[in-house]
Amino acid sequence: MFKIVVCVKAVPDPKEACNIKIDPATKTLMRCDVPMVLNPLDKYALEAALQFKAEFDAHISVLSMGPPEAGNIVKECLALGADRGFLLSDRAFAGADAFATAYTLAKGIEKNGPYDVVFCGMASSDGSTEWVGPEIATFLKIPVVTRIKEIVEYNGQWWTVKAELENGYRLVRVQIPAVFTVTRELNTPRRLSFSGIIKARKKEITRWGIQELGVPEESVGLKGSPSMVSTIASMDSRRKVEILEGKREEKAEQLVQRLVNAGVI
Amino acid sequence: MGKSRGPVWVIAEQIDCRILEVSFQLIGHGRKLAAALDTTVEAILLGHKMEEHPRQLFAAGGDRVYLGNDPELAVYQPEIYTEIIEKLAKERQPEIILVGSTAMGRELAPLIAARLDTGLTAHCIDLVIDGNKVLESRIPAYGGLLSIICPDRRPQMATIATGVFPNPEPDESRTGEIIPIEVPKKIPRRIQTLEVVREEPEGMDLESATIVVAGGAGAGDPAGWRKIAGLAEVLNAALGATRPAVDEGWAALETMIGQSGKMVSPELYIGVGLSGELQHMVGISGAKIMVAINNDAKSPVFEQVDYGIVDDYREFVPVFIEKIKEYQGKLKTC
Repeated sequence: MFKIVVCVKAVPDPKEACNIKIDPATKTLMRCDVPMVLNPLDKYALEAALQFKAEFDAHISVLSMGPPEAGNIVKECLALGADRGFLLSDRAFAGADAFATAYTLAKGIEKNGPYDVVFCGMASSDGSTEWVGPEIATFLKIPVVTRIKEIVEYNGQWWTVKAELENGYRLVRVQIPAVFTVTRELNTPRRLSFSGIIKARKKEITRWGIQELGVPEESVGLKGSPSMVSTIASMDSRRKVEILEGKREEKAEQLVQRLVNAGVI
Repeated sequence: MGKSRGPVWVIAEQIDCRILEVSFQLIGHGRKLAAALDTTVEAILLGHKMEEHPRQLFAAGGDRVYLGNDPELAVYQPEIYTEIIEKLAKERQPEIILVGSTAMGRELAPLIAARLDTGLTAHCIDLVIDGNKVLESRIPAYGGLLSIICPDRRPQMATIATGVFPNPEPDESRTGEIIPIEVPKKIPRRIQTLEVVREEPEGMDLESATIVVAGGAGAGDPAGWRKIAGLAEVLNAALGATRPAVDEGWAALETMIGQSGKMVSPELYIGVGLSGELQHMVGISGAKIMVAINNDAKSPVFEQVDYGIVDDYREFVPVFIEKIKEYQGKLKTC
């Protein structure tokens, strides 16, 4: 059977991300109870897998690395139609940069067995590096196409896809197994259904730690990360802020006047 | 005396035999980094019919150009490009590799970084050499400016968007060494770029617009977004977006302004229904005049602009549009 792996990430809800601040003393994130959600772009990656499954006989594994709470987003993917869910979770995985994250996910993919394609979101809303997909591909020693917006041909061992480019696209022919990172243009993700949620209740999430993956401690998490945060500075605005007062009409009038005076309209 | 440091590398990028601006900007800034490290600036240039182009890279500040000039390299081919650069980097041991944050750069940089077992910092807004001669890559995040370092592994890698660094003043008298590189014969060839298709960009070009209106999550829904688009239209402005607005599907990815999007420096910027998250704000820090419209008086955006309007944008924008039209009408009559 055709095997698809989808890599997903739990991220702080992007709509409330402005409430997250960095504690300058400890250099850690103060999350202030911002809820963790499925990374928006990963929904498109899962949808790509689900659409393929609707057409062919396929099995979808969803893989995430994160804290135990990230199990919720794996569960959400199961409710959306994925067949199996994996959460790579271990204290040793904490503090990973994109490199160590990709390494850990690649080890999880290998442990899960043979695969034909791997779908990832193009980037996460919190890190927004776009590195994890290509780095997973490198660790798995398979090709990658990033930013795909259309799958033109997907029959057999060679797929043809359109990859987004500045003002255009690249038409790419690639031999599977391969990694694809997807953009929002690829599809329209389905919404959770009640029956999906009921079905997902019966599905178990497999949790793997460092023991199960059999990887050395120095290659995962903070220890396995080549890059690290050295300092945090606050950004001070150089602008003198003027809040315009008065009734709505007056504010609009004042604003137009100021912009005219500044010579910008 | 310590041993001499490896060079600063720039992965130059060309489209249809034209070297992108960001490549020159990176060479220009690379010179400063190289001066701090007492080393040289070198560029990798892959393409076809590019014999004359290294001259431009020398003029921008490059000391040496590795030139791959072959029909197979005419357009970006991930496997071949990665293979060439990996091999060359293992041979020449660069201290730093800088890559433009373009569609190509964002794919190629992590492929190279993973092959070289090293770290890669995304979409930096500044690069400096610290007291330990280590590269500090600055990125905005969560209301602060983070310095990311890659202390133990080499090369140190970073991607940087167009416009972060200025264009260097070309010095046509500068010369340098060209080292030709061959296309490797033994590569798997599991992936091939068949064609590169360029389309006419939709809407106004953000990077060259004199007025930019940007909307954020506060737009609320597609109807709200159209209201903001209406303001842009009246001002003949380009319409930009924050990441949450792109996530919601109201705006296209190409219109995203900020660290992982576009860097713009218009005369006037008007941010509507956005909270002033740093990832977005760094993209417009070059604007001359900045205005924010947000109904939350406590929003951090009001600490970062010249003029603030605390009001529901749905109510305020139509009134504002009327006042702009009034002013524009006066201009026509006199």
